[in-house]
Amino acid sequence: MRIIFGDTLVRLGGRNNDIVVLTADVAKPTNTNKFAETYPDRFLNVGISEQDMVGIAAGLALSGKVPVVAVFASFLMRAWEQIRNTVARADLNVKMVGTHAGLTSADDGSSHQALEDVAVMRVIPRMTVVVPGDRQEIAEATEAIVEHRGPAYLRLGRDEEPKLFEGENVFKLGRAVTVRDGYDVAVFSNGAVTSEVLAAASRSKVSTKVVHVPTVKPLDRDAIVAAARATGVVVCAEEHSVIGGLGGAIAEVLSTEYPVYIRRIGTEDVFGESGSHSDLLRKHGLTADHIGAVLEEVQRRRAHCS
Amino acid sequence: MSRAVERTELLQLNEVLMLKDKIRSIRRSILDTVNLGGGHLGSSLSCLEIIATLYFLKMRHNPYRPDWEDRDRFILSKGHAAPALYAVLAELKYFPKEELATLRKFNSRLQGHPDLRTPGIDAPSGSLGQGLSIGIGMALAARMRGKRYRVYVLMGDGECDEGQVWESVMMAAHLELKNLVLIIDRNGWQLDGRTEEIKKKVPLMGRLRSFGWEAYTINGHSVEKILEALDYADHSDLPTAIIAHTTKGKGISFLEDTNQGHKVRLDADQYLAALKELDKV
Ligand SMILES: Cc1ncc(C[n+]2csc(CCOP(=O)(O)OP(=O)(O)O)c2C)c(N)n1
Repeated sequence: MRIIFGDTLVRLGGRNNDIVVLTADVAKPTNTNKFAETYPDRFLNVGISEQDMVGIAAGLALSGKVPVVAVFASFLMRAWEQIRNTVARADLNVKMVGTHAGLTSADDGSSHQALEDVAVMRVIPRMTVVVPGDRQEIAEATEAIVEHRGPAYLRLGRDEEPKLFEGENVFKLGRAVTVRDGYDVAVFSNGAVTSEVLAAASRSKVSTKVVHVPTVKPLDRDAIVAAARATGVVVCAEEHSVIGGLGGAIAEVLSTEYPVYIRRIGTEDVFGESGSHSDLLRKHGLTADHIGAVLEEVQRRRAHCS
Repeated sequence: MSRAVERTELLQLNEVLMLKDKIRSIRRSILDTVNLGGGHLGSSLSCLEIIATLYFLKMRHNPYRPDWEDRDRFILSKGHAAPALYAVLAELKYFPKEELATLRKFNSRLQGHPDLRTPGIDAPSGSLGQGLSIGIGMALAARMRGKRYRVYVLMGDGECDEGQVWESVMMAAHLELKNLVLIIDRNGWQLDGRTEEIKKKVPLMGRLRSFGWEAYTINGHSVEKILEALDYADHSDLPTAIIAHTTKGKGISFLEDTNQGHKVRLDADQYLAALKELDKV
């Protein structure tokens, strides 16, 4: 995901001279080093100083530039107050990219795993929050947030994503897409988790509608309400805490617009730990097997209710 | 020189020699640990002598009572050098050496970055730039409780980029925390390159002194020099910073003073070559 992100930045940099890329001593891991090599005069590595980096980006934005900052998601959160008070309050055109999000830092352990970032970014007024699911979508989402005017957060995970979409024009800011139709249960997911959900759905006896929701904010309310209406029960799955992320956002919308039973899959109010990414996904129920089991459970509940 | 002084000097000489021996085997154990579990090899090798000297010759601590109230504290602010700290703690029997093989593995007590679940770890780290603040809290608590324990914080030179570092440097001087010692692993590298190319640190000593600290520079691979500096700090009326000049990847020639080893798992050939070198010394 980081590779396609880095390549996309270079492509966008060729089109728009105002794009400035900033990082905080993680040019290599975020793949912004390609941009640095191509446009050295529009790149700034501030050293290990995430807060300063966001402040500098704010100043660049106030001067007509389009700054894109990219660091590990967990360390971007160190600048949360700068993001809230300077960037968002003034509606500044700063693009923030958090890499190694979710459990993808795996063996580095909990300090490097961002499981709260969607929640704390989403709560900030004016913030756009995007969690793309495959390479094509990352490329298009990167372009979309750069073209969008205003603060935006792009959340990226590991490199070797499965392919979710064929062709182009797969991403539109604020749009959720139904990637599989079904009538028993609707699953909302984003990031790489959508691929696991699809795998679960294709193996399951439960007729499952899978709605990929790459834009957590602004949320595609119509699509979410329509899916909930069509199935009557909902599952949300994401590589994030069950508190405040996509599941939280969907619960907020449905609680008033179409109250239904909602089951959220994600980390259950706990920190991560060291381990392989697949060990950690298994532990937190983010595998096709576990999602499949949840589908059946939720289906039984549905039969009960109706 | 009196006989007594001569005796203690001899004893110390002996201890230093023994520690140097131990460091050789710990270096080897770091290589093996990282080879199995992954992690920041180069960053661990540069600060081994510092951590080992602290734990073997300087700090008052008790491996059988990791939570002993009066122990001196150590904070690995550059938490990614955890393999070095774990290897030293294992050598001291804070936990069985066999456990080193579980580094970074699922369900291990040895997390990728320091975590309180590991016996002997005094503070969590992994996010850079936070250890000195924690150290101030501990040093302040010692003062409040009338305790004599001292607090040692080990930081990377790249880590000095963080604003929080300078907030706490300023605060420690303001509080005149003479029971607080900061050691900077000055290996000249950070993740993306040479420290002076990413963001200038020079004059590091001048900056620390101008903030009101006692500061000096030593060879960070010399046990004698490290010990001397730490002893000297015992008598300072100010918080003390020791800028320890080191070599990233120390001991493995093809990693030395490069950033190749920042975070690396060696391939089979490299591993064998490294083994050979470490066994030869
Ligand atoms: C707040 C924060 N930002 C970024 C990182 C990622 N990171 C890990 S090690 C490192 C470089 C550290 O350089 P230095 O302090 O000089 O230590 P060295 O490895 O060179 O000994 C970076 C940027 C981090 N761990 N924490």
